[in-house]
This record gives sequence, C-alpha cells and structure tokens, in this order.
Amino acid sequence: MFRFSLKAFAPSLIFDRLSAMTSQSQVGQFVAQPYKYGFVTEIETEKIPKGLDEEVVRLISAKKKEPEFLLDFRLKAFRHWLEIKEPNWAGLDYPPIDYQDIVYYAAPKQKSKKNSLDEVDPKLLETFDKLGIPLSEQKRLSNVAVDAVFDSVSIATTYKEKLAEHGVVFCSIGEAVKEYSDLIKRYLGSIVPINDNYFAALNSAVFSDGSFVFIPRGVECPMELSSYFRINSGDTGQFERTLIIAEEGSSVSYLEGCTAPMFDTNTLHAAVVELVALDDASIKYSTVQNWYAGNEDGIGGIYNFVTKRGQCRGARSKISWSQVETGSAITWKYPSCILQGEDSVGEFYSVALTNNYQQADTGTKMIHIGPRTRSTIVSKGISAGHSSNSYRGLVQIGPKAFDAKNYSQCDSMLIGDQAAANTYPYMRSQQPDASIEHEASTCRISEDQLFYLQSRGIDFEEAISMIVSGFCRDVFNQLPMEFAAEADKLLALKLEGSVG
Amino acid sequence: MICSDAPVLIEICDLHARVDDQPILNGVNLTIKAGEIHALMGRNGSGKSTLSKVLAGHPAYSVTQGSVRYCGQDLLTLQPDQRSRIGVFLGFQYPVEIPGVSNLEFLRVSTNARRLEKGQEELDTFAFEDFVQERLGLVQMDPAFLDRSVNEGFSGGEKKRNEILQMALLEPLVAILDETDSGLDIDALRIVSAGVNQLSNAENAILLITHYQRLLDLIKPDYVHVMAAGRIVRSGDKTLALELERNGYEWVDQGLKALGTT
Ligand SMILES: Nc1ncnc2c1ncn2[C@@H]1O[C@H](COP(=O)(O)OP(=O)(O)O)[C@@H](O)[C@H]1O
Ligand SMILES: [Mg+2]
Repeated sequence: MFRFSLKAFAPSLIFDRLSAMTSQSQVGQFVAQPYKYGFVTEIETEKIPKGLDEEVVRLISAKKKEPEFLLDFRLKAFRHWLEIKEPNWAGLDYPPIDYQDIVYYAAPKQKSKKNSLDEVDPKLLETFDKLGIPLSEQKRLSNVAVDAVFDSVSIATTYKEKLAEHGVVFCSIGEAVKEYSDLIKRYLGSIVPINDNYFAALNSAVFSDGSFVFIPRGVECPMELSSYFRINSGDTGQFERTLIIAEEGSSVSYLEGCTAPMFDTNTLHAAVVELVALDDASIKYSTVQNWYAGNEDGIGGIYNFVTKRGQCRGARSKISWSQVETGSAITWKYPSCILQGEDSVGEFYSVALTNNYQQADTGTKMIHIGPRTRSTIVSKGISAGHSSNSYRGLVQIGPKAFDAKNYSQCDSMLIGDQAAANTYPYMRSQQPDASIEHEASTCRISEDQLFYLQSRGIDFEEAISMIVSGFCRDVFNQLPMEFAAEADKLLALKLEGSVG
Repeated sequence: MICSDAPVLIEICDLHARVDDQPILNGVNLTIKAGEIHALMGRNGSGKSTLSKVLAGHPAYSVTQGSVRYCGQDLLTLQPDQRSRIGVFLGFQYPVEIPGVSNLEFLRVSTNARRLEKGQEELDTFAFEDFVQERLGLVQMDPAFLDRSVNEGFSGGEKKRNEILQMALLEPLVAILDETDSGLDIDALRIVSAGVNQLSNAENAILLITHYQRLLDLIKPDYVHVMAAGRIVRSGDKTLALELERNGYEWVDQGLKALGTT
C-alpha cells in the first residue's frame, strides 16, 4: 500500500488550524483566511510582448525548436480559433476577455538545457519548496514523481530514471515532442481535436508546456505521478497541455495541483488534458484546483477554461476523474469519458466549492459508444457567499451501446441565502436497453445539525466543515489516501467566514 | 441521592425564554445539587424540551429574563460548544442525522473537546477505540454503529442508545435527558436505565424529562417537578410521580386557572 504525505504533495491544502471561534456572532465578522499561495517569485523572465497573431504562434514554436508538424498543428488550430466565437452557453458572467492583452509566452531565464537540478535557478527550487513541493534529491517525496511547471515551462521532473527502469515515460510535453515525436504525432489532438471548442483551439495554437506520461503495455506504474502548475506572472496566460497514454493492461494514478499569486487582474488559464486507455488499461486522474479565486468582492482571480477528456479506446479499459475544485474566479470544466471499447468504464467524482463571487460551471460528459459500457457520476456542489455553482452533465448512449449503464447523483448544498446552485443534466439515448439513473438533491445545513454537533463540544466552524465533508464523503472516498483528509481541511479553510 | 451540603451544580432563576415573539418559558426556578436525580414531567407542549435546549444554548430561543448559573458561572453567555466542554450534556428527544459524518470520528472529536477542557490528554484513534469499546458495554450497543454515519438510519431506540453512549464518553456534571425512554422497548429501557444509574455518582446530577413512571421505577428520582405553561408548578419527591400516574394532569389546569393563566 502506498502512503505519501499530502502536506508536502498538495501544498494548496496545507491548513493552519485557527483558534476556535468563541462566539457565533463573531463568525459573520470573521475575515476569510488569506490565500496562502499568493506570493510572487521575483525572477528574471523572458516574455514575448502581449498579443496574439500568426507571428506569435510561429514565435512560440520557434522558441521551443519544434518540428514542422507541430507548427502546422498550431497554425491550423489558430486559424480555426479566429473563425469561431467564445461560447456563452454556460451563463457565466464576466467581462469580455481581451485576447490581445495577454502574454502568450513567459519563461524563467535559465540555461536552455538543464541536465540536473543543480542547474535549475535556486529561486525556482525555493518557490516550489515554499509551495510544499521540494524537488531536490534530499528532500523530495519518496513515492511521488513530480513534474513542476512554472508559468509556461516545465522546470523539473523528478524520478525520471527510476520510472524509466519500468519503461514509464514522465516528462514535459516539450521534451516529449523531441524524444517521442511518434507518440506525440499519433496522439496529440486525437482525443481533443483542435477544433473541439474555442478554448481548446486557443490552447492548441499557443500551448506552452505540460506533462507527458506513457505507460507501456502491462506495466503498473510504480509510483504516483503528479504535476504541479504554478502561475507566477500576472499578465501571462497559462496554456498547459497534458497527454497520458496507457497501453494495454497498464495502470497509472496521476495527480494535479495548481496555485497562483494574488493579482487584482484576471489571468486566463486554458488547459487541455488528453487521456487514452487501451485494452484493459486504467487511468485515475485526480485534481485539486486551488487557483487564486479573487478577493471577497470578486476582484481578481483565475479564469479557468479547461478541456479534459479521456478516451477508453480499448476493451475493458477504465478512466476515472476525481476533482476537488475550490479555486478560480471562473471555472468552466467538464472532464469527460468517451467509452468506445466494449465493457469500458468511465467515472467522474467531483466536489466543487464556491464562495464569495466565484462562479463554477462544471460537470462531465459520458459518451457511451461500445456495448456494455458503464459510467458513474457523483457530483457535490457547495455554494456559499454570493457565488454560483452549476453542475452540467451529458450522458449520451449511442446506437451500438447495448446494455449501457449510467448512474448519476448530483447533490447541491447551499450555505447562506445569497448563493445559487443549479443542475443541468442532459440525457440522450439511442439505445432502448440502456439503463440511466439520475438522482439529484439540494439541501442546506440545518440549524439543528449544527446545534447537535455544537452541543457535543465541537465549535461552530468545525461543525460546519464536518457537515460539509460528510456531504462530500462519497467523493473523498475516491481520492487517494490522506488526500481525502487534506481535502476536508481545504474545504474548511475555504468556507471560513462564509456563515454568519 | 440528597446530600444537604453537596455543592450546587446548576441554579435556574426566574428563566423566561421565547421563540420569535412567542413566550414559552415563563419563569422557571430550579436548583440542582451534585448527586441528585431530578425528574421533570408535564404535558406535551408545557416547555420541557425548550427548557433543556435553552440550557444547552440552542440559538432559536432567546432568553428574555432570569439567569442560569452553572458551577458558579453565568451559563447563558456561553456558546453551546463551551457548555458541553464544561460538562453540560443534553440527551436529545429527537437526535438528528448527519449524513456522511462517521459516528466514531464524531464521538472522538467530541470526547477530545471535553477532555482538553478538563486538562486530560487527547485520545488518538487507537486509544479512543479502546475507550469507546469499554463504554459501549454500558449501553450494550453493537460496535457496528460506530462505523455508520451519525444517527443515519438508526431506529428511534438506537438513536437514544447513541445519546447515552455520548453521555458515557463525555462524563458530564449535569446531564439533561429529554425523553430518553421514548422509543425504547422494555429490554432496551432496562439496559439504558442501568447505564444511566452506573454513570450517576455523588459529583454529577441528572435531570430526567419523562412522561412515564416505568422509567422512574428504574432510575429513582430524588425530586419530581411538574411543568405547565412554561414554569414549574409543583415539586415533590417520587410520590408526586405516582400521584400523576393515578390522577393525570387535570389538577394542574385547576391550579393554573387559580393563577389566572392557562
Ligand atoms: N422552535 C420553535 N418554534 C416554534 N414553537 C416552538 C419551538 N419550540 C417549541 N415551541 C413551542 O413551545 C411549546 C413548548 O414546546 P416543548 O418545549 O417542545 O414542549 P414539551 O417538550 O414539554 O412537549 C410548544 O407549544 C411548542 O410548539
Ligand atoms: Mg419535549
């Protein structure tokens, strides 16, 4: 059984216990705990000027010394992007994004080729130390390999050699383009095509870096893999790209964490994640998203427009998404599964918490194509403050998906009387035998539940976080060990001051 | 057990409380000393549960007059969680369900909160399991209930046993048990009563809210009080309960009429 310290692994979750609340009326005045990862690293960066046109796309590609095929990929995507419109069906409310006011490439200045960690700027190592992700040989986590991405570039990946002994490849996308160009050619854009949607097209044109994972046939990845994304510059968009390929009979568990400094402007983050599972392969992808959410008045914060999709290409393959979404001013994200192989399985377990003026529109798509495909959706939305939190999910059963099964459960919890929760389940079935089950509920924390816990010596804040984490139990149970306990604490932290 | 020089644990003076604008408690007076067992009886709606919740600090009720002193301090200024930590316990008439929250973990957090207040060290999960196993015996509760969510799907009787288990873990100085006997079958009633008797000692006190003599046959009260229209209208020893069993509450109405309130 593996065991790792999440304190170190997911720094966004580190939580200082605040002194117990002494009076209920104090709660209303209680100022939310400041975001702990809001610091900026002073480091010389190489930035290209703001703005986006074909020249910028070419420049990014040139800076990364990319092969021709990738430049073509980017240009195609860019030309497509120019012709389409930003989607507005999610009903998210934000001022228009000025795409010419964004820097599309920023990289900390350092030697172009880093052969070892000794050559990485100590300031960068320090930053990740501070975030709780030590990268150096002596301090790094013993059973988690980490790819650390700072603004547009991957600065270090740990345990590469050890993984290589098992044939596992874990490196930055940039490196994979050079070393494993066949795999990149074959899979990049094959699950999320460049014309999939506005933000995916943008990402395909300007993506900077991200992680690449390849698990060869029959290999069970010997350790947890994780990427840690850090946005540092205020005016730089982050467009990372992740590709995970699990060959026949292989398995991997991958974790993703994110933080950003506090700026009073909004930063755009438009990532694309593609997963492919071949016959009997399984991929578990867990996310803890704690991008800066803006302040109590809704000023600043990350705009998070993400396309995540997994393809169960092989028979009996399985892809499982678990996410704990607590950050960002705006979240637009629908990790999906294309269940193509017969008997393949898709899962989506989600906790989304919004507070203050955050807006989240998140959910999943389960596309059943192959026979006897099964999917499970468990979504828990918690809305506090003036926030709005929507679940939007599609279950589609194609004509050949005989005996397909889906089970969906979408629960919302409202805290206070200014928050909003919505559920938009879409179901389309072309298969009369399919079994689709959908349950939904909305609740509030009741005064009597709170009083019950309080009358057993548990203080008000802790009572709230106990009830909320009880509400999220089904999802937390799906997270890797210890991760769940820390996720509890993150929720508690985020909720502080939300009830008065 | 009455002992005239025992310290006073709780002293309720002229307590008035309302919910919204509706007065419910209209001048309750009651003093409880260490070692005593008091029974509180009275018709449905007379204010017994309200009194217990006001003592525990339920936010829905506001105290408009009077005072409550507990071990020499003003109880009414304290938050509900502080009241619990210093030894006031309310066994609920209707314990609520809290989905997804592990009963075991809840009991542990709660027990540790009280232990810290008393200057005892916190129990880790292993030490707590030993402690809870020992206390489970007191109410003969199946350990399987520890692995479930707090009260979720428990039968009425199981919820009540869980309440007494909490009392056994928290070792309060004043335990208010609101109709703990309702919902219990004869065997369960015996077991729970035996548990409460074992927990009762010269340092603590119990306020039993009940409608039935059968409970008072098992847990013998030193005093019996009758509540009507939000105040205690009569107090006596255990023979008062027998008198109520025979004659019902009609005489209370007569008495209230004489007082000019109904
Ligand atoms: N939260 C409340 N809101 C409105 N009325 C209440 C509330 N709590 C108690 N009452 C009313 O106060 C009176 C006393 O209730 P309660 O204390 O539960 O009585 P008992 O426990 O003696 O049966 C009843 O008329 C009840 O309806
Ligand atoms: Mg009652």
